[in-house]
Amino acid sequence: MLWQLDLAILTLVVIAAVGSLMVKDLLGAAILFGAYSFMMCLLWTIMGAVDVAFTEASVGAGVSTVFFVAAVFRTTRRTKD
Amino acid sequence: MKFLGLVIAFITGVFLVYAAVDFPDWADPESPASTHVSPHFIEKTMEETSVPNIVTAVLADYRTFDTMFEATVIFSAAVVCFFVLRTFLKKEEREERLYRHVLTGVTIRVKEGGRIPPSDDFERIDDSWIPHDLIIKTICRLMVPFIQIFALYVVAHGHHSPGGGFQGGVILGASVIVLAMSHDLRTTLQRMREKVVGILCAVGVLLYAGTGALCLLLGMNFLDYSALAPILGVGPVTARSHGILIVEIGVAIAVMTAMVWIYNNVSSRGNYNEGL
Repeated sequence: MLWQLDLAILTLVVIAAVGSLMVKDLLGAAILFGAYSFMMCLLWTIMGAVDVAFTEASVGAGVSTVFFVAAVFRTTRRTKD
Repeated sequence: MKFLGLVIAFITGVFLVYAAVDFPDWADPESPASTHVSPHFIEKTMEETSVPNIVTAVLADYRTFDTMFEATVIFSAAVVCFFVLRTFLKKEEREERLYRHVLTGVTIRVKEGGRIPPSDDFERIDDSWIPHDLIIKTICRLMVPFIQIFALYVVAHGHHSPGGGFQGGVILGASVIVLAMSHDLRTTLQRMREKVVGILCAVGVLLYAGTGALCLLLGMNFLDYSALAPILGVGPVTARSHGILIVEIGVAIAVMTAMVWIYNNVSSRGNYNEGL
C-alpha cells in the first residue's frame, strides 16, 4: 500500500478525532465521529482486516451515528462546557 | 481543572506509548501469536471446521465463548436502554387522539370515549406530525428490500467472505431504522411491534446459548458443535460448519432487534409516538 495514502488517512483520523472532541455543536461532533469511524474502517482495510473493517463500517459509521443524531435531537444541540 | 485533566491525559498517553514499544512489531514472525497460535488456525481451520474464512471460524468456533458474551452484552445494552428510557403515557394524556384521513389530509381530533369507524383510510398521528417528504419516502421504500437481501447474504455467506452475524444483523437493523426515519416510528411499529422486538432479541441470544447447551446435553463440551453431527445427519467437521451458521443466525437476530430497540427508545424519548 502507498505510504502517502496511509499517512493521509492517519492524519484525517487524528483530525476527525480531535475535531469531534473540540466542536461545540453536538450534531457536528456526531458527524465528525462518523467520519472518524469511516477513516478507521479504511485503515482496517489497508491492514488487511476486512472483517473488522466491515463491522466498523456498519456499526461505527452507520448505526452509531444514527443513534448519536437521535440522542442529539432528543436532548440539546449545544454543550455546556 | 482543565489544566489538571490535560496533564493526566498527557501522562497516560506517555505511559501508553511507553507500553506500546514492548509490543511485537506489526506482522513480526517471531512474536508469540505468530509462532504457535496463528499457524494452527491457518493450517487446521479447513480440516477441523471446513470454513474457508478463518476469521469466522475463530470468532464462532475457537473463540465462541467470546462471541456469545458479546451478543449478551448487546442484548443487555438494549434492555438497559428500554428500562432507562421507556415511559408509559398517563391516562389523561391519552384522552385526545389525532387521526389523519390519508386521502384528503384532513385531521380529526377524537375526544375520550369517541372512536372512528375501523378502516384503513385513517392513520393515527401525533401533534408534532409533519408530512413525509415524497422523494425520501419513495427512495427509502425502494431501498429497504435490497438492504435486507444484502444483509441476509452477509449472514449466510459469512463462511466464505467477510461478514457474519454481527454485520448482517446491524445491516438488517439499519433497514428497519431507514424505514423509521423516512416515515415515522408508528409505521415501523405496525410492522414490528415492541413485544416482537423484545422477544426476538432474547430469542437470538437463547438460540446461541441453547446450541451450546444442546452440545452439552449430547455429551460434548459447551458449544462444541461436532456434538450436533447425529442430529444434523452429517460428519463432525460439517456439523461444526453448520453449528457456526446456526449461532451466526442467532447473533444476527439478537443484534438486529437490539439496534431497532435502542433506536425506538432513543428517537422517541421512550414514549413511542413519533420518532425522528
